[in-house]
Amino acid sequence: MDIHEYQAKELLVDFGVAVPRGGVAYSAEQAVYRATEIGGGKWAVKAQIHSGARGKAGGIRLCSTVDEVRQAANELLGKRLVTHQTGPQGKVVHRLYVEAAIPIEREIYIGLVLDRKTERIMLVAHPHGGMEIEEIARTEPETILRQVMEPAVGMQAFQAREIAFGLGLPPAAVNRMVGVLMGCHRAFRDLDATMVEINPLVLTSDGQLLALDAKMGFDDNALFRRPSVSELRDHAEEDPREAGAAEHGLNYVALDGEIGCIINGAGLAMATMDMIKHAGGSPANFLDVGGGASPERVAMAFKLVLEDKKVGAMLVNIFAGINRCDWVAQGVVQAVRDAGVKVPLVVRLSGTNVEEGRRIIRESGLPIISADSLSEAAEKVVAAWQKAKGA
Amino acid sequence: MAILINELTRIIVQGFTGDKATFHAQKMIENGARVVGGVTPGKGGQTHIGLPVFNTVKEAVDGVYPDASLIFVPAPFCADAIMEAADAGIKLVCCITDGIPAQDMMMVKRYLRRYPKEKRTMLVGPNCAGIISPGKSMLGIMPGHIYMPGSVGLVTRSGTLGYEAASQMKDLGIGVSTSVGIGGDPINGSSFLDILELFERDPETEAVMMIGEIGGPQEAEAALWSKEHMKKPVIGYVAGLTAPKGRRMGHAGAIISAFGDTAAEKAEIMRSLGLTVARSPAELGAAVAEALAKAPPKRKRGSR
Repeated sequence: MDIHEYQAKELLVDFGVAVPRGGVAYSAEQAVYRATEIGGGKWAVKAQIHSGARGKAGGIRLCSTVDEVRQAANELLGKRLVTHQTGPQGKVVHRLYVEAAIPIEREIYIGLVLDRKTERIMLVAHPHGGMEIEEIARTEPETILRQVMEPAVGMQAFQAREIAFGLGLPPAAVNRMVGVLMGCHRAFRDLDATMVEINPLVLTSDGQLLALDAKMGFDDNALFRRPSVSELRDHAEEDPREAGAAEHGLNYVALDGEIGCIINGAGLAMATMDMIKHAGGSPANFLDVGGGASPERVAMAFKLVLEDKKVGAMLVNIFAGINRCDWVAQGVVQAVRDAGVKVPLVVRLSGTNVEEGRRIIRESGLPIISADSLSEAAEKVVAAWQKAKGA
Repeated sequence: MAILINELTRIIVQGFTGDKATFHAQKMIENGARVVGGVTPGKGGQTHIGLPVFNTVKEAVDGVYPDASLIFVPAPFCADAIMEAADAGIKLVCCITDGIPAQDMMMVKRYLRRYPKEKRTMLVGPNCAGIISPGKSMLGIMPGHIYMPGSVGLVTRSGTLGYEAASQMKDLGIGVSTSVGIGGDPINGSSFLDILELFERDPETEAVMMIGEIGGPQEAEAALWSKEHMKKPVIGYVAGLTAPKGRRMGHAGAIISAFGDTAAEKAEIMRSLGLTVARSPAELGAAVAEALAKAPPKRKRGSR
């Protein structure tokens, strides 16, 4: 789960990370109020969407008068921002963060991630903030500073000092930096984060360290024990179909193609999508109905896939392990009758009681195209889609 | 022989009296597993499906001498259950449950290392289908009948894609020595490499099929190790060619976040290291058949 910049800052402040003065606003009026509340003569009005690179997309405006703040807020609210992380459809701005603009001496990058290679929390730092760390990792990987945390004891102060001195900070700022790094690590551990990123962390002319931007991601599997985090969820940031699927225990990811998919198991789902691509088609979605593939879940899955108007043909691929194919087939037949499928539908069943399952599909009288193997299923669904498109 | 489990392996089930655990324990027994009891705290002393129930894993160890444990407890309590089994000295633990917090797994793996290597527990999973040595024993939830006993080792992240591979192989008359599901989580107990090592040492295994997916460094590490240390042929496949960057594809670990994470990159690494890579998921069985045909004839010694 991701959260907004302002939410991440509010969380990090509790762990001793300093941030510029700021406040959230849902309207231009509130933005102006926030600016006068913060005081000073320079503000940043920042679009709050779950994406980096908002500056490049025009989502961050520097303002010197309250009128400029009002104008920036009016322009940003309701605007669709497109960054390389949002995809071409972009994200609509519903919230703003108004923040005091800070005189910057230096920008630094710091990030904490769950490193899959060491299977531990890793701290990554770079003396030049503001840039994309992925880009730096590609072009000059040797300039990135790293520390890996021992899970039994967590980050130690010496690790934070090594980073602080490694970044070439003035001695007066080193202790502050140790505080920031230890605080970020505590937040990571105590809140079950998967990522904490401050980019940039700025050194001000009076020697302060302030988080100018902050990003946090959280482990969905740990939300059951982090109610204070799960309440930060912003439903407007989520694809409504994906959120609806999750409520029914289905795993749905919308994609760009035209062939709707219903499959049991994440690995088999990805492999089936590969097969569709191999056969010359393109999947409209990833959808894992789970190991169970009960009739209710299959029915819900049909509903979800058919809500996507791009879908020009459908493929159901179920490898019945614990279930029996006849039971799955009954679920499919029922779902097709209820949902009124208008596009060509290919069903491939495999596993326990497969003959009985295929007989049920065949004798249903529904225009379902049956397939025996994975390759046959993919070829048939792509052919049916091309035919329907041409017709 | 097979790896990890055989007809002699004594198995307990943690979370024994739950509905799913009961169902799958019975299925395991039907597939030859020697299930000798189970653990459900608070129900010690009872008998469940004809087998003794214990309050703690230590009591089960003293009572029925298990070699392996299958964990079926809910995700919030899995880390505790795995550590309990390790502390009681069980050598092989397989965790089926999905949805365990990543930091719990980090702690579990650190905990397992506190024991000297010869006493250390091997963990398979979590979020996996488990282990089957067809015709011998089963420590998991897979449909046993789709596996034909034979001499190809199978190691996969995904459960159902592993079933697909096993059934394609069966259709071609190719059998499996042992199939291991290592699970779809970013931090898992045993890696591809750990399982390849066991298959290389197993005299009954002649070749290994390794089926990975997007995300993480494990497939590339295992492929590199196989080139340097394995005499047996390895056949690979990586699912997720169409997966977009930054989107999690069902499994917590199946997300493209770094260089080398995509299916195409991983398949290319495998190919460059000399592995046979299946051209598509419909050709998993065919790729194994092809690799077996190319492999030098096995020295005729011992069984088979």
